[in-house]
This record gives sequence, structure tokens and C-alpha cells, in this order.
Amino acid sequence: MELYQVSVFVENKSGRLADITEVLSKNNINLRALSIADTTDFGILRLIVDNPKATELILAENGFTATLTKVIGVRVPDTPGGLSVVLRLLSDGNVGLEYMYAFIGKEDERASVILRVDNDEKAEQILSFNGIDLISGDAFNE
Amino acid sequence: MYYNKKIETMAREDMKKLQSERLKKTVERVYNNVPLYRERFDEYGIKPEHIKSVDDLKNLPFTYKTDLRDTYPYGLFAAPMEEVTRIHASSGTTGKQTVVGYTQNDIDVWSECVARSLVSVGGSNKDIVHVSYGYGLFTGGLGLHDGATKLGAAVVPVSSGNTARQVNIFKDFGSTILCCTPSYAMYLAEAVKESGISPDELKLRIGIFGAEPWTEEMRDEIEKGLGLKAYDIYGLSEICGPGVSCNCYMQNGLHVQEDHFIPEIIDPDTGEVLPDGESGELVFTCITKEALPLIRYRTRDISSLTHEVCECGRTTVRMSKPCGRTDDMLIIRGVNVFPSQVESVLLNIEGVSPHYHITVDRVNNLDTMDVEVEMSPSMFSDSVKHIQEKEKMIKQALLSTLNIAVGVKLVGPKTISRSEGKAKRVTDNRK
Repeated sequence: MELYQVSVFVENKSGRLADITEVLSKNNINLRALSIADTTDFGILRLIVDNPKATELILAENGFTATLTKVIGVRVPDTPGGLSVVLRLLSDGNVGLEYMYAFIGKEDERASVILRVDNDEKAEQILSFNGIDLISGDAFNE
Repeated sequence: MYYNKKIETMAREDMKKLQSERLKKTVERVYNNVPLYRERFDEYGIKPEHIKSVDDLKNLPFTYKTDLRDTYPYGLFAAPMEEVTRIHASSGTTGKQTVVGYTQNDIDVWSECVARSLVSVGGSNKDIVHVSYGYGLFTGGLGLHDGATKLGAAVVPVSSGNTARQVNIFKDFGSTILCCTPSYAMYLAEAVKESGISPDELKLRIGIFGAEPWTEEMRDEIEKGLGLKAYDIYGLSEICGPGVSCNCYMQNGLHVQEDHFIPEIIDPDTGEVLPDGESGELVFTCITKEALPLIRYRTRDISSLTHEVCECGRTTVRMSKPCGRTDDMLIIRGVNVFPSQVESVLLNIEGVSPHYHITVDRVNNLDTMDVEVEMSPSMFSDSVKHIQEKEKMIKQALLSTLNIAVGVKLVGPKTISRSEGKAKRVTDNRK
């Protein structure tokens, strides 16, 4: 199952981020990972949640602009150099990286990394061919 | 179909004759009953007997909005109060409110003008006319109400507001004609979409929108969103209210009810009358009004006229869709900008929401103009670069049309307030 990130438009106005997290909390959406990209006048909140489709819908119903973005998740050893192996593989394969963020999983000693690339199919091929552990979309369902 | 075929298809010469007779009577009426007109005509050396036909209209002095304010409330009335049966007032959006009055005959004439308008866009007594203009001192609500009643249609006097309920009424009552401001029509279209109803499920087929300037792009949005044909109705309380002119089903200009209101286009600076096809300030002379017959009233609306016979068969003069009021015009760093130009640019960009707000300010003695645009799902992406490109594209499009640099701020959906009447799209902090 493919892994989707929920991307949310955040107007640069105090309290907007809290508004979003409150809506998610009220609807029992558990945040697994997040990152935020910000510019001087707006931000984009990127979320990994247990149920991206439902989250997108809930946010839209509550007046936010949200969209699903296909991303790639990998698990790498939580040791020095763990991430660079993955990045080198992608770079050698000419896959462009738009952005990424990482978090430490609960279940084992590995770090999870979310990658947004310009060619999903190619990236997945390269990574799985080289034995990198890809995270399935199911992984975040409880 | 015509409501009054004889008038609406009258030969030019006959219309001129009719107008001339009525103009003469009106000039006499105001000269004898309204001190301001008597003084002003005397000042110009004009006696009622000098006015022999509509060709002499151009010699008469203008009436200005300030004349109504200076004689507030009833100073320009040409009928005694015992003959007045209705009083309306302007919203006062551009200053102190002005008061207008009607005799029963004035109301009847106005109703007929609205009835003609309804028929010219394809309405009939079989229609269910949903009036979402505000009822009250504003002429929109009661004007459309009386006109639709005169036509014999079933009137649903909803007035504005309570948007969710309006949508239910569309559905349950089977409204076929919607009358409201274009900005409220946009709001209603959004409400219909949110309620999960497809426009095909509604019986709406005709929309009659007016009371504020709107663009062709807005027309497309409304037509798609509500599943109807959107027509322009024009009017102003000083002349009577909506129905002074209206589109016919050809949607090619607005037919002026010129047996009651004679339009002219003038150069706003020199006051000189301009020929057909040239844009200028629209001026109206009421030739049948009893309570408030204004002579050469400066509307400040910008339009042009054509006397060409319309494909619908009507011979009445047509005015172009007013593109804005001279007093809506913003002067930004010496450049004239109409909010309607901004609207037009935004709606021509794929995926841009029709809701916007303009803020004008002065920073370090330099005018600035910022446009807030709502982020729509089709514009949004997870990539900052992509959104910034979109933002840049909007800026570029505004720059190339307006010839000034405009700031663009993307804001959250529904954060720009929706209007139930006339939209307030500009905040000018320089004032």
C-alpha cells in the first residue's frame, strides 16, 4: 500500500496551526510525523497520519485546504551514515529530492525517513533493489 | 416575448416623439415644484418653454448626488407628500444616505419596468421568482418583488441572509428565477456546492443580478455554480431602482426603458454628450416620474450606448454592462484601477477562487495595493515552489493588466467575508 502524506495550507496568522491540530485531535487523528515548510506569508504543514484519506476529508470539511501527496518512507539504521546510503542511491539514480523529514519509530532501533522525490516509481525501484526497507502505507494504521 | 410590445419595439421616430412630450411635461413639473431646479434653470436662462424636444435635453443642467444630499431628505420631491406612497433610501455606502420617494404611479411604472425585464430574459407568470435581494429601504427587494407580482409570477420573498435556508428553498419550492446581487449569487453557489446538491437537481434557470458591478468572468462562475443563465439588471434608487435597464435573452447589452428614463453618455470632465459606442459617464433623465423626476442625473457609472436594433427585436437603446463607478475607481501611484479589473484578471486564471479583497495603503508616501486571494484546492500543492510560482503568476497577470505592481497574499479558504448584499471588496487605508 502506497504511503501518503497530508499537505495542509497554513495561512500566516497566529493560531492557525493550533486550529488544525485541534480539529485533528477532536477527530482522533494521530500524528505520526510532521514537518512544516514556511515562507514569509504562508506555510505548508506536512503530516503523516494513521488515516490520510479521512484526515484530508475532515480538514476540508473544517475549512482547510488539504491535499494528499504520495511520498516514500524508508527505515534506516539509527546509526551514523544510515541516511546517507539512501540519499546516495537516489542521487546516483538521478532521482531529485524535493524535501524530506525524519523521525524515530517506537517499535525498533531504526529511524524512519519520509522522502518526497520527483520520480516515485524509479526511487522505489532503486531502493528496494538495494535492499532498503520501504514503509508501506499500512504501517501507520493502528 | 414582450411585456409591452408596442413600447419595446417602437420605431425610433415615435419613441422620440413620446420622449419629447414627456420631457416637456417633466421640465415644467420640476420648474414649478422644485426650488432647486427653478433656481438652476433660471441661472442657465432656461424656461420650460425652451425645451421643445429631446434634442434640447443636452442644454439642461446636470443633477448630482450632492443635490440629493444638500436637500436631504425631501427637497427634490416634485409631488406633495399626500401623493407619495413609498420612500426608499440608498445604502449610504458612498457617504450620507439619500432618500427617494414614489407616487403610486411611480411604483406602477417601476413595476412595469421590472416586469418587462423579467419577460425579456425569458420569464413568465409560470415562474417561481426567488427574491434574495434585501427587503427594506434598499430598492432591490421590493423592486423585484413588485415587478414579479405585476407579471403574475409566484414570488418567494426570501430577502437576503440565512444562506443554508435559501438553498433548501431552491430545492423544496422549485425556484426558477433567482434575483440578488452577483456577490450573493456567488455565495449561494458555494452554499449549493457545500450542501452536496448538484445544480442539475435545482429548477433554477434564470438569474437576474445587479446593484453592483460584476465581470463576465463572474457571470461564467455563477452560471456554472447555479446551473442558470445569469442576466444583468441595472438601476439606481435615484432613478427608481432595478429595472431602469436589463439584459434580454441575447445577453448583449442592457435595454433601457427609455420611454421612462432617457440615457445619455457624457464626457465626465467636460459634460459633453458622446456619440454611440463611446464610453463615458451614464446620465439619466426621468420623464414620467412624479415624486422625484431627476433631470440629467449623473450616475457616475461608466457605460456606452447603442441604438442598433437588437436581435431580440427590441428597438430600445441598449447600454453596455457598467464596468464600474467613477467613485469605485482607485488611483494607485497615479494609475486608475477598477476593482472589476482585478476580478477579471483573477477569474481568468485557472483554479483561482472568485473571492478576493483589495487593501490599499500608503507606505512611505507610496501607494501600495495588496490583493488577498483564497487558496483553493486546485491551486494548492505540497511544494512551496509550486505555490510561489502560482503567486508570481497572479502578480504578473495583475501587473500586465493594471500596469502597477500589486502584492498578492494567499489566505485560507473562506477567510474573506462573503456578502449577502453589495460586496465590500476594497479597504482604502489612505482615507
